[in-house]
Amino acid sequence: MRRRGLGIILFLLFVISGCCPVSVDSKPSISVWHWMTDRDPAFQELAKKYEALTGVKVNFELYAPSDAYSQKIRAAAQGTNLPDVFGILGEKRDFASFIKAGHILDITSYMEANNSNWKNNFFPKALAVNEFGPGNSYGIKPGIFGVPIDIMTIQMVYNKKLFEQLGLNPNRPPKTLQEFLDIGVKIRAAGMQGLVSGWGEVWMIDCLANNYAFNIMGKDKVLATIRGEVAYTDPDWVKVFSIFKRMQDSGVLAKGLVTMINKSAEQIFANEKAVFAFNGSWCVNVYKGMNPSLEYGAMLPPAASSQYPMAIWGGAGSSFMVNARSKNKEEVVKFLIWLTDQDQQAYLAQATNNLPANKNSLTKIPEILAQFARGMDYATHPNVWGVSEFSLVIEAFDRGIQSIIIGEKSPEQVASDVQKIKEREMAKKRAK
Amino acid sequence: MKIRDAIENYTFVLPAVTIFSVFYIIPFIWVFQLGMFEWDGISFTRVFVGLQNFKEIFLQDSNWWQSMWNASYITLIALTFQNILAFMLALACDREIRMKNFYRVIFFIPPVLSEVVVGMAWRFIINDIDGANIINRMLIGMGFGNLAHNWLSDPNTALTTVALVHCWKGFGWGFLIFLAGLQTIPRELYEAARVDGASAWQSFKKITMPLMVPVMVLVAILTVLGTMQVFVLIVSLVGGEFAGHTSVPVLRILASMRGSSRFGYACAQGITFGMVLVAISFIQYRFSKKGH
Repeated sequence: MRRRGLGIILFLLFVISGCCPVSVDSKPSISVWHWMTDRDPAFQELAKKYEALTGVKVNFELYAPSDAYSQKIRAAAQGTNLPDVFGILGEKRDFASFIKAGHILDITSYMEANNSNWKNNFFPKALAVNEFGPGNSYGIKPGIFGVPIDIMTIQMVYNKKLFEQLGLNPNRPPKTLQEFLDIGVKIRAAGMQGLVSGWGEVWMIDCLANNYAFNIMGKDKVLATIRGEVAYTDPDWVKVFSIFKRMQDSGVLAKGLVTMINKSAEQIFANEKAVFAFNGSWCVNVYKGMNPSLEYGAMLPPAASSQYPMAIWGGAGSSFMVNARSKNKEEVVKFLIWLTDQDQQAYLAQATNNLPANKNSLTKIPEILAQFARGMDYATHPNVWGVSEFSLVIEAFDRGIQSIIIGEKSPEQVASDVQKIKEREMAKKRAK
Repeated sequence: MKIRDAIENYTFVLPAVTIFSVFYIIPFIWVFQLGMFEWDGISFTRVFVGLQNFKEIFLQDSNWWQSMWNASYITLIALTFQNILAFMLALACDREIRMKNFYRVIFFIPPVLSEVVVGMAWRFIINDIDGANIINRMLIGMGFGNLAHNWLSDPNTALTTVALVHCWKGFGWGFLIFLAGLQTIPRELYEAARVDGASAWQSFKKITMPLMVPVMVLVAILTVLGTMQVFVLIVSLVGGEFAGHTSVPVLRILASMRGSSRFGYACAQGITFGMVLVAISFIQYRFSKKGH
């Protein structure tokens, strides 16, 4: 009887406590979803600092790998369950779709408040990735829709020790394609491996090919091609495709490059088994973890033409967007202003070896990161071009280059295949 | 009374039917419905295109059919090489051999390993610059140096290499099911055959094989369903579709979803793929029933 009484009391306690309102906290909490495993400890540390400073709790939730994160974000968008702050992985058209669906807040007014104080802190190219200009092809109202957290450039790196072994000056990396190809001959003769990269995952092929397209024919012609005004069978595009054949023939590309995943490429380069790598500035942190004594330098891809400057992909590495449906928009923006302030950005750069998006935080970064940062002068990115190529054309383009490297197709064949797909997609678009 | 019995029976099956409907039937219908829309997976609006996506798959998407061909090739190798190997090993372990329990455990290790781990391990075994180059070293050691090459980056060998690694990973399942099947055959049948003067081959042909047909059908159907859907192993071995040489349907569906943001088209691909798998399984089943 006594036990039953105790049971009833406990039950009533549970019921009463369950019905009680949760502790009322006047300060809102901010939820942030991200995929950046390497940056998570630093984010958590910053969240603690922010809470101590303002009393606002920031929950950084990591969802990795990036593919899983990407799916989670899309699913949450469908259910309108997005967190207060999130990042988008994908192309500019995906970004535009999120905006059109009303998921992302236009932060232009915050950026431009107080004489554009916040906006002026960023590298313009980092901000450009998150901007939609007037008359953009996506039909988005002009404005700024994201906050860059860090910046990146994708360049080549070379191993200084292996350069010396090849009888080359470790402080003078190749500047022209011909010099690069000549080194390939030496690499082959020495039985070494040349360039490694994640070309099995294809997007990096696309990146290097576009670098050369800008260098050979200039930005206007590349964009005209995307708009469908210039054909991929144009001699300049054939020249771009031919570069990969020339690289393969010279021996400057490592064995098995076409099926190499970037993690393997990073391991090979960090273990000093390859002379060159094509990788993003995030590699500084990766190589440091794999081989702290690695001696290497960053360089622009060697130019194939002197007519136009070499371009590299760069700009915002990762960005955060504010959920337009968030109840805490003002608090969220305040937090993002704080997160991208000079001190926090310097801390992030130091802790994660990534380039800060805030240009005032560049003072204390290692020399190798500074080399990557200097590449920002040459940086461009498909997300700032204002037009997007059809994804099936990009796929045919990248696959075609893989076929050239393995000797399956000629540059002319690939150019013709890509153009056929381009015409088919344009016809489909016209029919809509 | 009859009505009461019927209500009682339906009540018992209701939870199972509900769960099956909610998690299988409704999503299937929904995916089929999405397959008739042009949708980027983000917007709240979708454009109805009817059977246009299916028409594109059947008439224009050569990459899709190449991926189906590649998956069929891997499946063919799995159906033959993998299952014959599994059956032979099961036969060996069914007999009174030494350390048979040890072998059973060993053969079942590959299937329980993650596909990513298996892919990375075999990549290390096969590749030279980012691996130990063991296969090529063995070939050179055995005097077949002319055969040594980059197995995963050669379009002529990449798919076969993937298929063989898949067989290595998958044969343990077949082994286990075959072994279970073999152990259900009454020993008396073999003893009677032996008394009647039947040879080992005759016993195998007249007792083992006919009684194992249902098990073989099951293993064949599971092999087809499992192998046609392979993709994680391919990603970890060759990074992706390798100029189309290692492209498989699931990778194409993922490319439509992630690369092109064409969720409607990806759903149509998924439905087409599902239908093909159902058709193959049905044909296998009918064929085996006829043979039996």
